[in-house]
Amino acid sequence: MADNVTPRVRVPSSASAGEDITIKTLISHPMESGQRKDKEGNTIPRSIINRFVTTFNGETVIDVTMEPAISTNPYFEFVSKVPESGTFEFTWYDDDGSVYTESKDITVE
Amino acid sequence: MLFRTMTAMALVLGATTAQAEGPELVINGEIPITTRAPAPEHMEYVREVMSGWEFRSPETQAFEADDFENPGMIFAEDGRTAFSQPLGDTDQSCASCHESPETLAGARAVYPKWDPEREEVQTIEMQINECITERAGAEAWGYTSQPMTNMSALLASVSRGMPVNVAIDGPAHDTWLQGKEIYYTRYGQLELSCANCHEDNYGNMIRADHLSQGQINGFPTYRLKNAKLNSVHDRFKGCVRDTRAETFSPGSPEFIALELYVASRGNGLSVEGPAVRN
Repeated sequence: MADNVTPRVRVPSSASAGEDITIKTLISHPMESGQRKDKEGNTIPRSIINRFVTTFNGETVIDVTMEPAISTNPYFEFVSKVPESGTFEFTWYDDDGSVYTESKDITVE
Repeated sequence: MLFRTMTAMALVLGATTAQAEGPELVINGEIPITTRAPAPEHMEYVREVMSGWEFRSPETQAFEADDFENPGMIFAEDGRTAFSQPLGDTDQSCASCHESPETLAGARAVYPKWDPEREEVQTIEMQINECITERAGAEAWGYTSQPMTNMSALLASVSRGMPVNVAIDGPAHDTWLQGKEIYYTRYGQLELSCANCHEDNYGNMIRADHLSQGQINGFPTYRLKNAKLNSVHDRFKGCVRDTRAETFSPGSPEFIALELYVASRGNGLSVEGPAVRN
């Protein structure tokens, strides 16, 4: 189980139609690879975020498969076109079955 | 002739000004940070003090300009969560006495400072533990433990932009002198003092890296090399270890004195923590 998992997202609150906007996301998570051993020599079980999805008004923007080599507190920055006002939904899927979500509204002027 | 001399002088002056104008650090587009300042009077061999930020690459520097990009802020936010959570088994939290972290703005800038009740110089970590044990009656945090470093990062973050201003006169003076003594004493098999690197050679390379002035205005500091927040005393320990010496331990009287002295070398620079360094 990962503790203190907090998603953070930055999306501009407004944009002009068809504009490319930069979205930044970060989720605090240990991203335990499953390759490490503790002091007694036992394997520390893998516990990572394995998938990250962003949708805009239901349409997929990115869908990322994440692997154990990704560092602690994974950060993604990407560009998206916004044709109309709407909502970005961000979803992170944890190995332990937890799902973390965050959403941001954007207004097209 | 006079005119020519004056032109020459103007040129020289112009050149100096141009040199001093490097990139500037503004956090979140609203907190200007002083990363260069005239050296405090007590410093004999340095004219201008510079934050460690000045010595880093543009990429590393950029991390600090935006809280979203600054990995150290994740820990400061954890500290903010802990601020209002009960300490140990008690029903007390930091927020029981201090309404919000913002009410403690400015504290970071004047620590370490003399505590008249205890009659000793206290670092901010000691003050935090005094609150935890004496006010709340809970168990003290480890000096360089994660909750402690998170809390000190939070306290630094609310003081960002304020000038470091630790008092070195009055009752703190003896401790300050002890710290100065340690700063100029050569330690370890390599026989290096703090000054050998951070005063005589700042700006030069140490293997593949630039030596900074060893300023601590940006602590606790997120280091890219170990991907965590590093407290001042842990950093001191790392430096002393690298001289191949037996180090003082974090929280020891020697490191407290050294922290006061090193902090006083940064009087005039802005509080910058949690800073990002490599």
